[in-house]
Amino acid sequence: MSIVTVQLGQCGNQIGHEVFNAICSDICGTHGLCSKTENESYYDACKERFFSEEESEVPVARAVLVDMEPKVISQTLSIAARSGYWKYGDRSHFCQKQGSGNNWANGYSVHGPRHKEVILNLVQKEAEKCDRLGGFFTIMSMAGGTGSGLGAFVTQCLRDAFPTSFILNHVIWPYGTGEVIVQNYNSVLTLSHLYQSSDALLVHENDVIHKICAQLMNIKQISFRDVNQVIAHQLGSVFQPTYTAESGSHYSRNPLGDLMEMLVPHPEFKMLGLRNIPQMPENSLAYSTFSWPGLIKHLRQMLIANAKMEEGIDWQVRPPRLGSSIPSSHSTNKPLHFNTSIANLVILRGKDTHSVDLGSFQDPSLYASWLSPQDAFKAWKTPRAFNKYEKSATLVSNSQFLLKPLDNVVGKAWNMFASKAYIHQYTKFGIEEEDFLDSFTALEQVISSYTSL
Amino acid sequence: TCLSLPVAVGQCGNQVGCRFWDLALREHAAVNKKGIYDEALSSFFRNVDTRSGGDGPDIYKGKIYSLKARALLIDMEEGVVNEILQGPLRDVFDSKQLITDVSGSGNNWAVGHKLYGYQYRENIVEKLRKTAEHCDCLQCFFIIHSMGGGTGSGLGTFVLNLLEDEFPEVYRFVTSVYPSGEDDVITSPYNSVLAMKELNEHADCVLPIENESLFDIVNKIHQMINSGKLGSTVKQNSLVTSSAGSAKTAQEKPFDAMNNIVANLLLNLTSSARFEGSLNMDLNEISMNLVPFPRLHYLVSSLTPLYTLADVNVPSRRLDQMFSDAFSRDHQLIQADPKHSLYLACALLVRGNVHVSDLRRNIERLKPSLHFVSWNQEGWKTGLCSVPPVGHSHSLLALANNTCVKPTFIELKDKFMKLYKKKAHLHHYLHIDGMEQSCFSEAISSLSDLIEEYSELDATKGGPRIDPPRLQIAI
Repeated sequence: MSIVTVQLGQCGNQIGHEVFNAICSDICGTHGLCSKTENESYYDACKERFFSEEESEVPVARAVLVDMEPKVISQTLSIAARSGYWKYGDRSHFCQKQGSGNNWANGYSVHGPRHKEVILNLVQKEAEKCDRLGGFFTIMSMAGGTGSGLGAFVTQCLRDAFPTSFILNHVIWPYGTGEVIVQNYNSVLTLSHLYQSSDALLVHENDVIHKICAQLMNIKQISFRDVNQVIAHQLGSVFQPTYTAESGSHYSRNPLGDLMEMLVPHPEFKMLGLRNIPQMPENSLAYSTFSWPGLIKHLRQMLIANAKMEEGIDWQVRPPRLGSSIPSSHSTNKPLHFNTSIANLVILRGKDTHSVDLGSFQDPSLYASWLSPQDAFKAWKTPRAFNKYEKSATLVSNSQFLLKPLDNVVGKAWNMFASKAYIHQYTKFGIEEEDFLDSFTALEQVISSYTSL
Repeated sequence: TCLSLPVAVGQCGNQVGCRFWDLALREHAAVNKKGIYDEALSSFFRNVDTRSGGDGPDIYKGKIYSLKARALLIDMEEGVVNEILQGPLRDVFDSKQLITDVSGSGNNWAVGHKLYGYQYRENIVEKLRKTAEHCDCLQCFFIIHSMGGGTGSGLGTFVLNLLEDEFPEVYRFVTSVYPSGEDDVITSPYNSVLAMKELNEHADCVLPIENESLFDIVNKIHQMINSGKLGSTVKQNSLVTSSAGSAKTAQEKPFDAMNNIVANLLLNLTSSARFEGSLNMDLNEISMNLVPFPRLHYLVSSLTPLYTLADVNVPSRRLDQMFSDAFSRDHQLIQADPKHSLYLACALLVRGNVHVSDLRRNIERLKPSLHFVSWNQEGWKTGLCSVPPVGHSHSLLALANNTCVKPTFIELKDKFMKLYKKKAHLHHYLHIDGMEQSCFSEAISSLSDLIEEYSELDATKGGPRIDPPRLQIAI
């Protein structure tokens, strides 16, 4: 099954480009550490998933590029083509000239309806090229105007046009201290709208990735390109082919569907976080060895202690003892800082994955009381190494990972809303105070649901 | 690209405008080595095939033939515009972009606004439409003018009104030179306050400039050069005050250096819209992020660096110094004290080889010493443009929406009242058709209201931070 990627706005297009780069470099590389047949299966599965065969020397990404100003798309197209390994379709993009001015209302209420037909046509064309459509993967930031506002509108349109397809939104959480002053408004509006049409929101926080670049990748002068490359690596580690328990001896063919079905059992809980270990500079890879027990131990502790990366993990945090918690909606017996999960997916890639013991992730105390660990935990594996990492473990988690960031953003947005600052910029384009209130209400509901796990 | 269209009105406006076109050509020539007409160039210039003489068709791609500035030059005196047409920029403009008269406005806002406004309205609209027609997508008008005189102030604000009527969707940015303390135009307070009302009501963003600040910057640079500390290691073309040609400081007119600073401001403001970068910042984003309430749209600008030393590697420390300088009064284009007032919002537009980590490090470093309004504690808007200005490896333009503009407005109000109470020179205004006493009373009232809005915000400074209670959800 194939995935159609929709890249929205500057951020979406810059990241999307790095994702296809990472995927392509992974399959074209010779560091698979597995048999030739394995490599070929992997390659074929990946190609089907992300690239289409067209009359072109290089694979063409299954992607639609959308932006309201031309510079980023123009750059993205030319850099991709220059790589010589892959490219975007010649007519797979749509852009305008004036941008969205960081204004969610402009993106959603003006650009959205105005360009709906053209954009949906592009998506339709891409979808038709797929033998079997596995779903849509949209990439956007919440902070600006296009990715956020137009992105929310496009997601809604996708839902209407493809009611039975899976839609996964990859959402970039902006740096806490501004890239954009109205970023909290834009974020609140985006999240509340996406919650209605999307199947799941997979989140990357700029602050977190920045720290990974600084502390783990040892990058001194961190650029957005560095940040995007780490994000691309993490996404690649999720979406490259794997074997699931059900797929048997073939690479699984329905990654988005499989992911959604097990990670989002309830529509109130759609916020997914991502952790990937190990992460290190490429030139250190050759000198590092890891053991699976070590990696799994770290990953599990990152989950329960809500650590953003493999350094600085709080090892004091422990799951509550089973039987001691009163079955109620208030987790009064859960220890402080303990991150309760709805569902977890662990993806293992590389050497000796078949023998890894993942029992610690099936501990019922990790999960909300209304779930059984059999349903709440799954593992996907492949012996094929990813992106030159001999061993790589990824956790996609539906848990309280994003509770605090969400609460922060809503709090700041509410604070600003109370003073009515900047509201006139939104009402100018048809988003009224009531719309804001609806969005705040929706998100307070999400916060409340995750808090009471 | 979506274009910005400068409209220069009056003597000052056109002198600045002239410097702007000069430096814009230089900036694009430095980046555009192959002589191909590209998107960046097209943001300020049309490419016209003049081989068959006269006004040929517009060429959208390929070789550069003849660059014509996208602009409108308006003056009710001929002196400045004529000089431009006889100088090195003469081929960059044609008569269809000019509106001139001979007698000037006599430093009288009413003459500029009511008399000439009425007289030239149709002409201006027609020429605006023609110029706009050549633009695929028009994002913003830039009015460049001074406040204290008659044409720039009166006719300039008339044009502002006109732009709102004729092109309501296009943003209106105004660069306004406010009269200095020792202004020799006696009626400048009247002209400025009458113009302020128009700016309050019809501009999206105003960048006030004060000659004193420009003068101080020019002096500072002269001192540095002449003190022998820098000697010959200063890159001449990097001076924020220098013209595009080789440094002819001796022949440069005294105001050229000051006007170059303003021209550089405009170049930096539009850089991210013209050139690529990892975090673009268009003009509509500036308006969106820096204007929390419609009338509070006066932005304090600061430019750094003012010059570059040649052959010097730039370690991080120097880069950090650039950020510190942007918050120093030495680099501001108006005399105000933002550090002791309240920030409503702040934008940093960085050009050159600067990374997001540099931005973040410096914001964290500078934040503690600045007071931000309670509902915008992290109110920073940032942009990263890859292409630095000529002669520099990087530069920074800071735009602050800060209550520190209040004293400037209060002073203006006081000067106005001094004249108005005595009814001094009023008859020069009132005898113009369309001018009434109410124009004056409404103008001063508008200014007072603006001052009051700033005062209310100031009153919140340093007060206890009480976050409003969040919405409660029934479980």
